[in-house]
Amino acid sequence: MRNTIVLFKRELAAYFTTPVAYVFICIFLLLCGILTFYLGGFYDRGEATLGPSFFEYHPILYILLIPAISMRLWAEERKQGTIELLMTLPVTLPQLVLSKFLASWAFAGIALALTFPLWLTVNYLGDPDNGVILASYLASWLMAGGYLAMGAFVSAITKNQVIAFVLSVIVCLLFLITGVPAVGDFLASVIPSDTVVDALRSFSFLSHFSSIARGVIDVRDLVFFASLIGVFLFMNAVMIELKKAD
Amino acid sequence: MGAMIEIKNLEKRFGDITAVAGVSFNVERGEVLGFLGPNGAGKSTTMKMLTGFLDPSGGAALVGGHDITADPLAAKRLLGYLPEGAPLYPDMTPESFLLFIAGIRGYSGDEARRRVADVVAKVSLQGVLRQPIETLSKGFKRRVGLAQAILHDPQVLVLDEPTDGLDPNQKHEVRALIRSMAKDKVIILSTHILEEVEALCTRVIIIAKGRMVIDCKPSELAARSKWHNAVRIDVEREDAQRVRSGLGEIHASAVEELESRNGCASYLVSTKDRRPIISEISQRAQAEKWKLDGLHVEHGRLDEVFRELTTVPN
Ligand SMILES: Nc1ncnc2c1ncn2[C@@H]1O[C@H](COP(=O)(O)OP(=O)(O)O)[C@@H](O)[C@H]1O
Ligand SMILES: [Mg+2]
Repeated sequence: MRNTIVLFKRELAAYFTTPVAYVFICIFLLLCGILTFYLGGFYDRGEATLGPSFFEYHPILYILLIPAISMRLWAEERKQGTIELLMTLPVTLPQLVLSKFLASWAFAGIALALTFPLWLTVNYLGDPDNGVILASYLASWLMAGGYLAMGAFVSAITKNQVIAFVLSVIVCLLFLITGVPAVGDFLASVIPSDTVVDALRSFSFLSHFSSIARGVIDVRDLVFFASLIGVFLFMNAVMIELKKAD
Repeated sequence: MGAMIEIKNLEKRFGDITAVAGVSFNVERGEVLGFLGPNGAGKSTTMKMLTGFLDPSGGAALVGGHDITADPLAAKRLLGYLPEGAPLYPDMTPESFLLFIAGIRGYSGDEARRRVADVVAKVSLQGVLRQPIETLSKGFKRRVGLAQAILHDPQVLVLDEPTDGLDPNQKHEVRALIRSMAKDKVIILSTHILEEVEALCTRVIIIAKGRMVIDCKPSELAARSKWHNAVRIDVEREDAQRVRSGLGEIHASAVEELESRNGCASYLVSTKDRRPIISEISQRAQAEKWKLDGLHVEHGRLDEVFRELTTVPN
């Protein structure tokens, strides 16, 4: 536990020792703003809510932005050779995997929290359901966690951050796309078995995200994200064991 | 109580490549072991297994009695390790990096700060503590790597090519630092520089193609040279002929003419059994009144022994 905290602190501080973190946060906030006010038609809706105009874009937004956070997690460590330093310190592999993931998740949380002016704005303009907004933030952060766990795993495969980024985008996309209605319909038309189609759909972040974001916090959705994160972190550890020597 | 380090028949294969093919040795407290071998011999791989980075394909490594694969945390606590090339986080400063290491080594608060200050003084990092590591010179980077390895005053220090790529002054500093820590520790350092072994080590192991070819004292290594106890003799030109024939009369000797220096003729006299012949030669020189310019005993050429031992035909 102590070790995990020390590692976590270093990892989180590492985001802020380079301008990359600040650039990332600026881009994230800028995109959020653009999507909300231009594409989302925030003003035109005439209602005080963040759901349709803000949170709805997060699944897509994250597909590009989350891999940008996660790509360096292990790839950089292996490229620099610092992985050898880390893994010969008296820490365990699960501590390393967990602390890296948690730091990246905390960073994503910070970026997300910095969108609070939007929340202030809707409260200023009207009388939104703040419970739903809170649930939406939770849903968005959970989804970020899922993407980050995938990205961390992918980052363990290669020393090249660009490759890690591209592969992560693809993997993240796969976990989104089956929930897009048009893709779901297409799958249903080519796959005869309804159970298979439903299973594929249920793996999409989209349905789990939107059900929590609607304010319905269902244990099954939480379990979905938690187990997905668990599975990818486990695979992350296995991949590091396999690849650390290269 | 066994030795601080016990390495038992350690093996490592990477696919078809056998990097380390059954290496065994023990190291006791107070020893500075030089791990010598040509590039690709398996030095780094052996150290990576000893420090718990790589799992052995066979055999075992014990640090302070703790098996590095069965009880890695206990073994790693006793170890300080400088990996090859001294990898570091380029964006961190030496200060934040060493505080991080102190945290991992179990120190916090004032104790951590005190440890860092101690080690910073030891390796003279005071001037660059708040500068990103990537902006430091190679010598400073290496010192940060060393500081990281010795911060918790480990009983066992493993240094993979600690002076590689440094200039002669920096090499000298790093060696002085290693020597100052040698008394109560076990130190294993790898190198392919022979003088380093002579300058630092109490013991040397040469490995080639993943196998140990010799385990001895550095002085014994030199004694294996065919030039061990050979005598170099410089005489004035006019006397060269006479001296040359005189030297030829020494029993079982071979005389080799060396490049001449400032008007002198130089010969290297060696014997097959490498017995000391200096007194024999000087007696003869006095008796025959040779016009000598210089007379030196060779202790052996390490590079030649090294080459002979590591280029075994197979
Ligand atoms: N991760 C690896 N994968 C495949 N081969 C490796 C790996 N690491 C080392 N080797 C090979 O093992 C041999 C020994 O390497 P190494 O221990 O680095 O030698 P040294 O440190 O003595 O120069 C070399 O032939 C090297 O190519
Ligand atoms: Mg090496």
